[in-house]
Amino acid sequence: MVPTNYYLILSAILFGLGVLAFVFKRNIITIFMAIELMLNAVNLAFVAFSQALGKPDGEVFVLFVIVVAAAEAAVGLGIIILTARNRRSLNVERVDLLKL
Amino acid sequence: MSEILAKYGFLIVPIIKVAILVFVVLTLDAYLTWLERKVIAHIQARWGPHRVGPHGLLQPLADGIKFILKEDPMPSGVDKKAYFFAPFLTLMLALTSLAVIPFGPDITIFGYTTNFGIADVNLSLLVLFAITALGVYGIALAGWGSNSKYSLLGGLRSSAQMISYELALTLSVVGVLLIAGDLSLKHIVEKQAGDFGLLSWNIVGLSKGGGGFTQIIGCVCFFIAAIAETNRVPFDLAEAESELVAGFHTEYASMKFAMFFIGEYTSMIAVSSLFTILFFGGWLSPFPASWPLTHYLPSIILVPLGLWVVFDGLRYETILGRIILPGLGAVFILLGAGLFLSPVNELIQGPFWFFAKVGAVLFFYIWMRATLPRFRYDQLMGFGWKFLLPVSIANVVLTSAFIMWRMK
Amino acid sequence: MSGVLVIFFVLAALAVFGAVSLILQSHPIHSALSLILVMVSLAGLYLLMGAEFIAAVQIIVYGGAVMVLFVFVIMLLNAGVEERTNFSKLATFGGIPLALALGGIIAAAIARSSGNLPPPAASGAMTSTRELSKLLFSEFVYPFELTSFLILVAILGAIVLAQREN
Repeated sequence: MVPTNYYLILSAILFGLGVLAFVFKRNIITIFMAIELMLNAVNLAFVAFSQALGKPDGEVFVLFVIVVAAAEAAVGLGIIILTARNRRSLNVERVDLLKL
Repeated sequence: MSEILAKYGFLIVPIIKVAILVFVVLTLDAYLTWLERKVIAHIQARWGPHRVGPHGLLQPLADGIKFILKEDPMPSGVDKKAYFFAPFLTLMLALTSLAVIPFGPDITIFGYTTNFGIADVNLSLLVLFAITALGVYGIALAGWGSNSKYSLLGGLRSSAQMISYELALTLSVVGVLLIAGDLSLKHIVEKQAGDFGLLSWNIVGLSKGGGGFTQIIGCVCFFIAAIAETNRVPFDLAEAESELVAGFHTEYASMKFAMFFIGEYTSMIAVSSLFTILFFGGWLSPFPASWPLTHYLPSIILVPLGLWVVFDGLRYETILGRIILPGLGAVFILLGAGLFLSPVNELIQGPFWFFAKVGAVLFFYIWMRATLPRFRYDQLMGFGWKFLLPVSIANVVLTSAFIMWRMK
Repeated sequence: MSGVLVIFFVLAALAVFGAVSLILQSHPIHSALSLILVMVSLAGLYLLMGAEFIAAVQIIVYGGAVMVLFVFVIMLLNAGVEERTNFSKLATFGGIPLALALGGIIAAAIARSSGNLPPPAASGAMTSTRELSKLLFSEFVYPFELTSFLILVAILGAIVLAQREN
């Protein structure tokens, strides 16, 4: 049997890598993917806790997180398409003006 | 024999099953292309393949040899990882999706009972949906990695189409799930067994156990969405040859092209199997269980078929045909005679009906390809979102309302 | 080492490899594929823990819908290889220590506080989908209904944002 700690530490590592990707990447879409990676890391912790405590509540939370992530992806990618259309670039550093 | 099976069966049996399934499915794929060309040709008043072997029966073999021997050129500027990975992914996912499909009831051979399929998992329906959901990456990556406008457009169209129709596909199944109360394909089939034969299947819904509400709306929605998911006519916009040359696989040749081809036909088989399981009772016989004479139907069909093939072969114009066709006919007759014997006869009932139904669905697929013109892209999207999705949701509401009413 | 532990380490290694590859790849499509690898291996881990429904939903929704949307947008915008600027060097110097510190703090907190949790799936049983849905439609029914509003708002937002002004 795998100790719960292993899952939680893996979750922490993935979350840290997500933060790293968030600050490190310059492409808006990749930055958005980093957020998804962090959400996934949190989901892993949720499921691990839920299974460890023998309660399915945590898994219900994961379902909610997945729904929110899907909604977020729809809106976020809409914003990205709009930005790319207006600035002709996907680099976050080129998006530095509030108004064109 | 039985001792070895009892001890190491869990290891040996799946390997044997996988080997048999892969062999059967790849052969079936090859002959499905032959059937498709032949059926479409006859619908259009042509002959179809008839040069290689009698009635073109060796055409798939010739095609296979051609695929292997052809040069495999790589266009310049491709993204190598995506270009090489895409066909493998398509074929792998298509073959994996067959692993959770039950082709018949549990069987017992040499005292070892096993399920008639590779894996028997609780959530087999969800596993199947998960695998088909990943299938879109094969097409999207092929389209993007080929560094060609046509391929990119094909990949784009296909990925948008697949996420649109997946909603309708999933929602159209919910009615069946509400009736069965289970996500396992095996249990869904078992719930459809009843005293009325084919009237107990979900499409009519007179089953004694469950809610018993006809799923004909869900059935139609599922079939339409399934055609879109497998990228077949009239939804084959990903490879619309009149606009996009060959769509996402324009830049592929040789074995890599063959992989896409085999993948497409395998996913056709998988989707047809799922359709059969969900709405047409899977391996169940269309006749009530109280009619034991129908058990001899496989033999009654096979023996005359064999006799006809022998008769046809004897007057065939080439020597090859005069050898191959009577041989094939003799095999059919022997098989038919063998199926009269009681243990084999019992064993073959499930798979016989399953493959008969899947064959009928596949024939319908081919028939549609010969009949219907291709949708325009905006029509496709409008149909998916504005018609198919609301109708599937309405089916869910109707079915659950009926079940609530029955429970009261 | 038991078989389950071996499977865990293989899947964990795949997930970490995917996450690292997400950072190192310069083309967004390759990053997206790395993220799909992470998601699929996480689904494997969920299955290992006995949360089979979550595992299936993870692949269907994340792998089959959300990431397809990402790939679609990358292909639609024809995104090229990421460009490097002066600011990205600053991000390297500032970001790596920051992220390492954050990951370290979380890992340390976990290691200190959760030592007495039983291992997941100690009973070896899978969470039944029936149980999960009962919970979702009884105790969590209000949040569940709220998510439908969220989705509605998201659909409207996406349509308004992506629509061309005429």
